[in-house]
Amino acid sequence: MHSSWWIGALLLLPLVGALLVSLSRRDSVNARRAALAISGAEFLLAVVTALLYNGHVAQASTWDFAAKWVVSAPLGLSYNVALDGISVALVLLSTFVALVAMAADRTARREPAYLVWQLLSLEFTVGAFVAHDLLLFFIFFELVLVPSYFMVSGWGGSGARRAAMKFFLYTFAGSAPALVAVIYLGVLHQHEAGGALTFDYSALSSTVMTTSQAVGIFLGLALAFAVKAPLWPLHSWSPATYGEAPVAAGAQLAATLSKLGTYGLLRFALPLAPLAVKEVTPVLLVLAVIAILYGSLVAAVAQDLRRLLVFSSVAQMGFITLGVMSGSQLALTGAVVLMVVHGVATVGLFVLIGALERRRGSARLDDVRGLQGSLPVLGGFVTVVAFTTIGVPGLGGFVGEFLILLGAFGVHPAYAAIATLGTVGAAVYWLWAYQRAFHGPASDTSGDLVDATTTERLLLWPVVVLVVALGVLPAPLLSRVSPSVQQIVAHVTPSGVSR
Amino acid sequence: MSHAALLTLLAPLAGFLVLLTLKKDSSERLVGTIATGAVALSFLFALITWVGLEGRSSREVTVTLFGWISTGSLHAPVALLIDPLSVTMMLFVTGVSALIHLYSTAYMHAERDYRKFFAYLNLFVFSMLVLVMADNLVMTFVGWEGVGVCSYWLVAFYYDRDSAASAGKKAFVYNRVGDLGLLIAMFILFSHQTGLGYLQIAASASSHLSGAAATWVVLALLLGASGKSAQIPLFNWLPDAMEGPTPVSALIHAATMVTAGVYLLVRLAPVLALSSGGRTTIAVVGALTAFVAATIATSQKDIKKVLAFSTVSQIGYMVLAVGVGAYGAAIFLMVAHAFFKALLFLGSGSVIHALDGEQDLRRMGALSLVLPWTYPTFLVGWLAISGLPPFSGFFAKGAVLTGAYAHNKTLWALGVVTAVLTAYYMTRLFVLTFRGRARYRESLGHEPHESPLPMVAPLVVLAVAATLAGALDLPWVHQHTLDTFITSTVGVNASSVGVSSTGQWTLALIDAVVGLIGLSAAFALWRSNAVQPSLEPRFLERVWFWDDAYDRVLGRPLTRVATETSHVDDVVVDRLVEGVAGRVGASAAGVKKVQTGLVRHYALGMTLGVSLIVVYLVARVG
Repeated sequence: MHSSWWIGALLLLPLVGALLVSLSRRDSVNARRAALAISGAEFLLAVVTALLYNGHVAQASTWDFAAKWVVSAPLGLSYNVALDGISVALVLLSTFVALVAMAADRTARREPAYLVWQLLSLEFTVGAFVAHDLLLFFIFFELVLVPSYFMVSGWGGSGARRAAMKFFLYTFAGSAPALVAVIYLGVLHQHEAGGALTFDYSALSSTVMTTSQAVGIFLGLALAFAVKAPLWPLHSWSPATYGEAPVAAGAQLAATLSKLGTYGLLRFALPLAPLAVKEVTPVLLVLAVIAILYGSLVAAVAQDLRRLLVFSSVAQMGFITLGVMSGSQLALTGAVVLMVVHGVATVGLFVLIGALERRRGSARLDDVRGLQGSLPVLGGFVTVVAFTTIGVPGLGGFVGEFLILLGAFGVHPAYAAIATLGTVGAAVYWLWAYQRAFHGPASDTSGDLVDATTTERLLLWPVVVLVVALGVLPAPLLSRVSPSVQQIVAHVTPSGVSR
Repeated sequence: MSHAALLTLLAPLAGFLVLLTLKKDSSERLVGTIATGAVALSFLFALITWVGLEGRSSREVTVTLFGWISTGSLHAPVALLIDPLSVTMMLFVTGVSALIHLYSTAYMHAERDYRKFFAYLNLFVFSMLVLVMADNLVMTFVGWEGVGVCSYWLVAFYYDRDSAASAGKKAFVYNRVGDLGLLIAMFILFSHQTGLGYLQIAASASSHLSGAAATWVVLALLLGASGKSAQIPLFNWLPDAMEGPTPVSALIHAATMVTAGVYLLVRLAPVLALSSGGRTTIAVVGALTAFVAATIATSQKDIKKVLAFSTVSQIGYMVLAVGVGAYGAAIFLMVAHAFFKALLFLGSGSVIHALDGEQDLRRMGALSLVLPWTYPTFLVGWLAISGLPPFSGFFAKGAVLTGAYAHNKTLWALGVVTAVLTAYYMTRLFVLTFRGRARYRESLGHEPHESPLPMVAPLVVLAVAATLAGALDLPWVHQHTLDTFITSTVGVNASSVGVSSTGQWTLALIDAVVGLIGLSAAFALWRSNAVQPSLEPRFLERVWFWDDAYDRVLGRPLTRVATETSHVDDVVVDRLVEGVAGRVGASAAGVKKVQTGLVRHYALGMTLGVSLIVVYLVARVG
């Protein structure tokens, strides 16, 4: 066990940063410097935490850095945080994404308000990932909507207000049943165990309930998670929102906030209502497989890189959901790996979208053409993002997808076999898009375009290095994630599938 | 020896990395030397590995480098398996690659992206070596996809040409369809606890796999092989891949990558052994592909397209050999084919080079007079592939057909008909290119010239190899042949030929005769006239309408479905969500400042939502 101060520091830093930046004047270079410095420090802190994390010690409890402090006993509200191998990976991802996204966004880079929202978004995301308490998680999960809403509506494209409203309504509506489920579970636990009301994760996971109660709780929670991920068919807020969001907000939304959904499913919905798993698994597996095929299909005819990203993400979220719901330890591990890799690749893609939009005014595929000759380096970066999504081995995406499909096949061969078609789909939509934007004769204006700038290279190289590192040497990630996944699998299916 | 094996693998990777770090304006000489040197070194290390393996009593050596994906019950290390099969592959892959690298240094002279071309080429060799040296299926898959990616880049090398870009994409997507098969084969094997290491599979397949499971694995592997090795039903990406530079066609789309499917099937012979139905399917697919592709090759007008379909056809023979259990013969033909087909492609490259990029057979002819080196070497390649003794093709194809004869007379007969067609289309190509009238004069402004030394030297070496490679496995020699070497690989058992000595001689005689028949027919028909529509039916020219059928049955309907779905997705958003949003917006419109009003509205809702918990709980506790 390491000191709980690590998590305290992780939560304090962005908050202090937001406060500092909010005090600065408009259009201030220093505000941006400060915000970047805070984000960088937060990322370094996350790296150190991940290195210290004890998950690799065999037989040890997988929870580390824990702290619990009751805020209000009657309300069951506590500051209750801890990290296991899964959350440590996702905290690391969130801080990386926030840093790169902030550095990449040049639209309103000096506006303190915009920077404050970015820091708060990071704060709430990290808060949700470190919460060892259902209520605390839910509060962060909801709070994170606020910065997203203001970033999209305030600094987005021409249709941003409508898009932000749609996003807000959608996610908010999805959360209402979750709130009921959270409270219901807490009360149920108190009834049965006696004592004070608590939402402590470990306590709640041993709540005894009937199957129908479990299904109700599961569905309540899962609805909110499915909207956030988004899982088909609840994705329809995302085309408008990702289409209009400024780069930093879009990157945070698509790369990390989406993971709150799949993380919630894995961390809370499954272990807190294990009895429901048998009942709901077929439904979610069907939805996951549909998401993979549907996402690939629509991405193939996308006319815009942003729209391609939306539906590619729908498909990738389908893979992750398949892994989470398969009940196989390998597949669950793969799902966490894919969450991380998809996050890294997505922030890279948003940086690239920003780069293209700055040069061409849009990321539409039909008015960018023949870019290969003038933008070979940016093209190379796009290729890496594309190939990791396609699942080319040697890159991180393969490790995730392969583990998901291999594990799921052992339990649900038919679903896994159909899902495997998604690996062809990804090749179709990505290579087609690449061909339309980069291949073919150069258009008249593409000759004067400037290839990747130093800043862009500095932002994209870490993305490439991470994607390659996760593909070639996934062991540091696997050794942290796998034991934690093992605990969840053992809890959810005590006598079930161990593979 | 294990060090030599590792260096064989690392030399091209090092070449690739060095090329990446070179400056953009590095001289062609420097780039070419590094790239060719790296692969030549690799060949040298492969030789050392081979000698090392020969000196050992154990026939297989595993070199484990590091654990790669190791979690739960899955252990997929980065490890090499050095055994007779992988050493054979290493030797011809690096040998032929080195020659083609040398050739490319001159062929690609003054091309845009010279450095990038060689970087891709080195990366390709590395990937191909990973594929053949891996000790487990997951790592083989790394090489398998790696060669696919390099192939994509190199086919689409002239990216500003739409046809090249499309061909690169098509090659990759067709391969991906095949990869479904390979992935599913891995999933089935893994779910039957055979492990994914080749030695594990060889040891446990018979006890862990039921007949039905084995058949599924074999069929899935066949799908994978048909993608990578361009067999029915996925063969039609290969002719399009000829959009790549000619050395790429020679290296990737003739000598090495496209044979990977055959290699994989041979490597998994222990699984094939469990499913006679699966093996028969393989044999039928191979024989049919060999035949169909050969018919198409008779009617193509582009010199490289003829060679491409010829490659499909020859790999069909190899697959047929695998299906009938003649694994040694499959590898024998693979090696011989690597020599003579690389020779033919590089020769055609030399022709195209001489004619300033002309690839149409109708605008060639009489080149024997002006290409003193290309002509005789090409002649050797032509005789070798036509199956005339004593060239290597005669023995290699003979070994395949003998194996087929012992197994199934119908497939053998189809193979013999294909042999006639092979001699026919190759002779047509040869005559139209080198004999007859000099038809290029109408379009070419100057006299064609022979290629420079770095291009001619590989032709000579390959011509010698294509002549002598038959000696690797002569039918009357029964010891220390390629066949006995290959079949001493774990799980790859010697095929009992089951054909008497007299029978073998008779079969050999038949091979030689049918080769001569095809050859003479083509000479008689094509000697004087280069344009004969009656001999080139549209059905064959259009590849049995294969592409058109796929486009009509899959391509267009899927695009339509995708477009419709995309549209519906938007409409659903509009109707459902924006409807709700609109209503809320209208109610908020009462507020003077609409925008700030909305923001407040939602911030309020948000606060309400979170405080709902508080209210409820307070009420409860109270």
